[in-house]
Order: sequence, then structure tokens, then C-alpha cells
Amino acid sequence: MTKEEALYDYFIRLGDNALILGQRLGEWCGHAHQLESDIAMTNVSLDLVGQARMLLTEAGEVEGKGRTEDDLAFHRNEFDFRNNLLVEMANGDFAQTITRQFFFDGFYYHLLKSLRTSKNEFLQAFAMKSIKEVTYHRELSADFVVRLGDGTEESHKKMQNAVNLLWEYTGELFEMTEADELLIADGFVPDLDKIKALWENDMTATLEKATLTIPDTRGYMATGSRKGNHSEYLGFILAEMQYYPRMMPDAKW
Amino acid sequence: MATKTKIEDIYTLLEEVKDPEIPVLSVRDLGILRDVSISESGKVTVVITPTYSGCPAMDTIEKDVNEKIQSEGLEVEVITKIAPAWTTDWMTEEGRQKLEEYGIAPPAETTADKGSLFGQSKIVRCPRCKSEETSVISHFGSTACKAMYKCGNCLETFDYFKCI
Repeated sequence: MTKEEALYDYFIRLGDNALILGQRLGEWCGHAHQLESDIAMTNVSLDLVGQARMLLTEAGEVEGKGRTEDDLAFHRNEFDFRNNLLVEMANGDFAQTITRQFFFDGFYYHLLKSLRTSKNEFLQAFAMKSIKEVTYHRELSADFVVRLGDGTEESHKKMQNAVNLLWEYTGELFEMTEADELLIADGFVPDLDKIKALWENDMTATLEKATLTIPDTRGYMATGSRKGNHSEYLGFILAEMQYYPRMMPDAKW
Repeated sequence: MATKTKIEDIYTLLEEVKDPEIPVLSVRDLGILRDVSISESGKVTVVITPTYSGCPAMDTIEKDVNEKIQSEGLEVEVITKIAPAWTTDWMTEEGRQKLEEYGIAPPAETTADKGSLFGQSKIVRCPRCKSEETSVISHFGSTACKAMYKCGNCLETFDYFKCI
């Protein structure tokens, strides 16, 4: 693996996470339980899609085959996507959406915080920009987790179900590959074990405040996305997201 | 415009380019306009920066800047840069006043105040009755850069331009 290949891999990993989660959150448009949440989900989505555009553009540049952000977003298949399984999980009820967001925001926040001192110029600039947005997302989701977890009997039950369902998709966020090794050596990206420790502290503190418990998965964690092995959800997400650009390949905004 | 265009002329000209979502603010008031330079041959280069990564107004702003300068018969290139990252600290004093007059509470404090980054409660003044007895009702408002507040004194709701 060359350094360019490692960077491409890293950029699409981040870019696909932002893109797929942005697409998922966009599904709430017009459907959330109250207007404020509807606007919040779609605004978080907007930030993420904006970040995805920067990341995929940069991935295309570093790849050097002339692919644009649109080529990468709309003309790749499931096996070429590198987003984590967590972000493609179904919206479910609002408890499930907000739990997915809470797990992801914590991870993304600490990763970006560390990337602010990356020796890679783009990653550093990207992190300095995006952390402002993600700080706000993280507050919003943690706030909801506490409010709903430590809320009514019904909201608590729904939140605990969501935590039980999604916890096994969190291990994969911190898996490292050859790309990580190469980029860590250059001071471009952090060691994800360190990010994991920070993330775990956050999770434990907030979940405790929310009176929620971390399920015992007996060490089992779902895996696959680093190699392009996804859940059954991704194909359906892409079918909806990519339909128009594939139907009308020369369409311009 | 005279054959020898000055950088200050371009800045003045760009005062007329407004944020399409907050039409009282120019790109200069908002701090989106980062740099202007003119080459030997007279080509104008304008550097702009997005407020939020996904700000849908950016494409329109880029187009408006292009058209405004071209309307003076000048060659222009607009470059978008993300570093250094935009901050509400770059909003001009005049811009803050215009915002408040328009009914949007301007960013409460500078980002050097750590509270703004970690979301600790801050005092947001009602743009209508100037009361400081206000509370947040929605983390997001009509655009990504705003939150929704209500005033405990005059009971009106209003947009607050978030501090980042």
C-alpha cells in the first residue's frame, strides 16, 4: 500500500461515514416527532453532507484518477463503501436514531479533536473546521440521551433497547488497518486505541447519567466495513441516494 | 470602473453582495470574504470561506461574487478556502448591529470564551425588547447557523446567530 492509497482509504472512510449518516438523518425530514427535532436532524445532516463533499473531493484528488465527489458518492457500489456499520443502521424510532448519533458523535468528536494537529494539511484544516459543527452535534445527542434515558418509563425502555441493539456496532469504529499504520507513522492520524479510551469515558459518564446500562455482548462486536462488507441496509440506502444520478448520469445541479 | 482598479474598490463593490439567507448582511460583514488580490494583468482573485461545511448559500454567494465583479468588466476567479476556519469573531461590528436591527440576536460573545465551544449557557439578548431573560427552545433555527430562543419579557421568539 502506498501513502496515497492509505490517504484515499482514510478519506473515503471519513467521507462515507459523513455521507451515509447524513443520508440517514435526512430520512427524518418531515417525519420527526416535533418540528425542533425535525430541523435538528436535517441540520446535522446538512453539516455532515457538507463535510462529505470536502472529504470525497479530497479523496478523488489524492486518488488521481479524475474522480469527483459526485463520482464517488453516486457511482460506487456497496463493496466500495468504507463507512462504519453503525451509521447505516436503520433510523428505527427516535431513541434508536439518537443513540446511533450519540455513539457516533462521541467517536467523531475525539477523532477530529486529535486530527486538528495532523501533519497532513488537508486533515488539519478539515478537522479545525468540522469540530465546531460536531461539538454542537455531540451536545445535542448527549442531551437527548440523558433526557430520554432518565425520562419516563416508556422513553427509558426505548432508549435501553436502542443501546442494546446498537452497542455491538461500536467496536468497529476503532479497528485499524494497514492504512492507519502507515498514516500514524507520519503523524497524519491518531492511534484509534487512544480515541477509544476517550470515547469510552464519555459513553460511561453520559449513559450513567441517563440511567442506561451497557449491554454485555460477551466480547462480540460486529465487523466488516473496513473490507467493504456491509449490512443489508447499505444497498437500500444507495438505491435511494444514487437513483437519480444513475438514471440521469449527465444531470447537473 | 477606471482602468486601474484598486483592491479597495473591489471590497466596496462586494459590499453589495449579500448573504442570500440574511439579506441585510454583506459577505464582508459576515467575514466570509477573506482576501482580494489583483494581478498585473488586472485579474481579480477573491478568497471566500464557508460559514458551515454544508452551508447551501455558498454556491449562490460564489456566483454572486463572480457576477458582481464581471459586471464591471473585470476578469475574476473565486477561490474557496476552509482554513483558517470561519468564526463568528470575524463578523464586523456593523454586521452585528445590522443583525440585531433585523431581528436576529448576534453571536453572544467571542469564541475565546470557552463556554461558547462547550455549550454552557450564555446570555443572549432579545433583539426586540433587549431583555436578557431569554431561553433556548430549539438547538437549530431556520438555518444551520442559527438557534431558536424565546424572550421571557416580551414573549416573542427570535433567531440567535450561534457563536462558533
